[in-house]
This record gives sequence, structure tokens and C-alpha cells, in this order.
Amino acid sequence: MVQHSSARLDASFAALSDATRRGVLEQLGRADASITELAEKFHMTLTGMKKHVGVLERARLVTTEKVGRVRTCKLGPGRLSEEMAWLEGYRQLWASRFDELDKVVEELKQKENVDGRKKRK
Amino acid sequence: MDARKESEPKATMNRTTVEPKSEREIVITRTFNAPARIVFEAWTKPELFQRWWVPKSAGLTLLSYEADVRVGGSYRLVFDRGASEPIAFFGRYIEVTPHSRLVWTNDESGEDGAVTTVTFEEKGGKTLLVLHELYRTKEARDAGLASGAYDGMGETFEQLDEVLVTQSAKVGPS
Repeated sequence: MVQHSSARLDASFAALSDATRRGVLEQLGRADASITELAEKFHMTLTGMKKHVGVLERARLVTTEKVGRVRTCKLGPGRLSEEMAWLEGYRQLWASRFDELDKVVEELKQKENVDGRKKRK
Repeated sequence: MDARKESEPKATMNRTTVEPKSEREIVITRTFNAPARIVFEAWTKPELFQRWWVPKSAGLTLLSYEADVRVGGSYRLVFDRGASEPIAFFGRYIEVTPHSRLVWTNDESGEDGAVTTVTFEEKGGKTLLVLHELYRTKEARDAGLASGAYDGMGETFEQLDEVLVTQSAKVGPS
């Protein structure tokens, strides 16, 4: 049970780790769309979009249905849990922290270079 | 001088990952384009730490920060949360190994507090930073993630919120 839910969480989490896939979910939240429509919207090839939709499907965030030649995508039963929203929020917090840390680190690096040169005469 | 030019695009390539390792653990990783001693310095010198720990986007103000980065030494961060009472985060350093490892406790939530381990691993002039948070229980972990410190992180949730809202609207009766 625990195993199952954490595997589910991993799949959903991986599915959400990509900006295009988050965009697709947002899009499908507004209206169902075919893979072709989604590919156009996100300026991607059909194959590329199929892959993204596949990932979302496996995470149960999206379901697809083929009617005639058109495969329509809609939001699936796998809801984003609060836990996942937290995790993504948490990631973004650390990402912005670390971007700031990058600046401090870069400054120290340059200072060290300058000081190093001075010491070496 | 050239380094500055180079650093811009490179910095954006270093992605921060967050992985729920188990129900009680979270692992955060990030690579920095600098030797471990520099990243370690930026982490352990309070005047430097303050510059990055609270991202501008957080909308929080750090009222004070004290840290005695030695084994047994303590730290205390106090944030202004606008309308509500200021919130404090504090704990003790359990392990301090220069340039490679920091371990501290998070005692603000009492005995349920998480233990945070940060390792700095240098490879070819770059540093892989791994931050590991171990909570006592899953509930404590979830509470930690949702704690007041992140209340101000509004905009970071925006995108997901939108997805959540539109999705639940969708699932509702039609």
C-alpha cells in the first residue's frame, strides 16, 4: 500500500516536473483537446507531444480516447494531491534560494581570483 | 571578468531537484559552478547566508539570523510574516565538517523536528550539493513542507494552483 502510493507519487511527480506537461494540464483544464491541437499549441512535433501525453497518462493525470482518427485528451482521475503541490512549491523555493546562492558563490569565486593574483604578486 | 559572462547561462542549467525518497525523507540536489570550499563558505558565514536563504520572491523578511556554526552550536532565524506573529526557526548543529558536511536539527516543532544533512561533493571544480531532510514521521514531513515558512511563497504555487482549480472544476458535476 505504502509502496503503491509512493510509486504513484513518483509517477505524478515526474509527470509534473516538466513545464510543457504542466502547461498541457492547464490547457486540458480549460477544454479537452486532440494531440494535434496540443502539439500546435506548444509548438511541438506530434511525436514529442505523444510522449508527454503518454507520461501524463501513466500518472493518470490525463486520459485519452480515440474517436475515428482523432485522439482526444482530457484530464484523468489522478488528482494532484496536496502533497505534490507542496513538493513542487518546495522545489521552487529551493530553486530560487539556490539561484541566489549562485550569485553569492560567483562573487566569492571572483574575489578569490583577484586575491589569489595579488598574493602571487 | 569573463567568468561573469559565462556564469549567466550556466547558472540556469543547474536544476534543483526535489525527490521524496521515502515517506519521511526528502532529498534536494543542486550543482554549483564553484569549488566546495566556496559553496560551504556561502552557507556557513551568516552575512553571506542571509543574502540567499530568503529569496526575493518569497515575500518574507528575515528579521534576524544568528548562527554559531560549530558542533553543538545553535542557530535561530526569525521571519516577519506581515500581519501575523513573527515566526522563528531554530536548532543545533550536530556535525560540522569543513567543506563537506553539515548536519543540524530543526527544533521549532518540538520532538518531531527533522534532521537536515547537507553534503558538498566537489568534482572537477564543481560542487554537487545534496540536502537531505529526515522527518520522524510522514505527518511531520507533510507539516514541514506546508509550514509557515512557505506561506509567503504564493507565486510559486500559482501555476500549480491553476492546474488544481481547473482540474477540480472539471471533475465536478457538468
